[in-house]
Amino acid sequence: MSATFDKVADIIAETCDIPRENIKPESHAINDLEIDSLDFLDIAFAIDKTFGIKLPLEQWTQEVNDGKATTDQYFVLNNLSEQIDKLIAAKGA
Amino acid sequence: MRFEYFQMVDRIVALDVEGCLIRSVCNVPPQSTIFEGHFPNYPLMPGVLLVECMAQTTGWLVMARSRFTAMPFLIGVREAKFRTAVFPGDELEFEGRVIHEGSGFTVGACKGQRQGKAVCEAQITYRVMPFPSPEFRHSIVQWAEQIDVPVKEFIR
Repeated sequence: MSATFDKVADIIAETCDIPRENIKPESHAINDLEIDSLDFLDIAFAIDKTFGIKLPLEQWTQEVNDGKATTDQYFVLNNLSEQIDKLIAAKGA
Repeated sequence: MRFEYFQMVDRIVALDVEGCLIRSVCNVPPQSTIFEGHFPNYPLMPGVLLVECMAQTTGWLVMARSRFTAMPFLIGVREAKFRTAVFPGDELEFEGRVIHEGSGFTVGACKGQRQGKAVCEAQITYRVMPFPSPEFRHSIVQWAEQIDVPVKEFIR
């Protein structure tokens, strides 16, 4: 498990009052953890602050709506953590 | 304030878009039917309306930062505190800040004062979306001009 995933899981546990042990790398934030869009904005706020990035939620939503991406690509926590790592790397580049 | 139109801000007295800061003045009306119920023979400004004052004040800043291309819709209030009673006729000053602009949402913080003393504070989250119609945007711009938002500085 990556350090990024651990931080994301901690954020989700605290923000959504979900037991930390139930949050796994393969968990889908929406389908498995039942996090709704409003709560996900709170998570995005915490992630943005923690990592100093800006999750491109609108772009991701558009890609999903256009059929160019699946929700798994962005909302399965392992994948979300990879996206965060990419954004951190891009910021430092 | 015009309770009947839910227009809480009387005028914007400072707006620093780059510095993410706004200040407003909101005068509590001396009389309103609201005070007949809240409360009989002891009129008090309801706390939920103080939240609206804070949401509208900081909301104007959010709109100005988008150059009036997007509308902030209130979706969350955290850590709201009401530190003292507010009465009919009170003049309140609010200071709002944008503390984070995310993708499609903005988080602000606002505090209210009366004669320099803290009245209320809250963290406010907005969903920020394009105006649903040009007519709606036009109405909002007109409203902004009425309360001294220097709209023309922000609209290209």
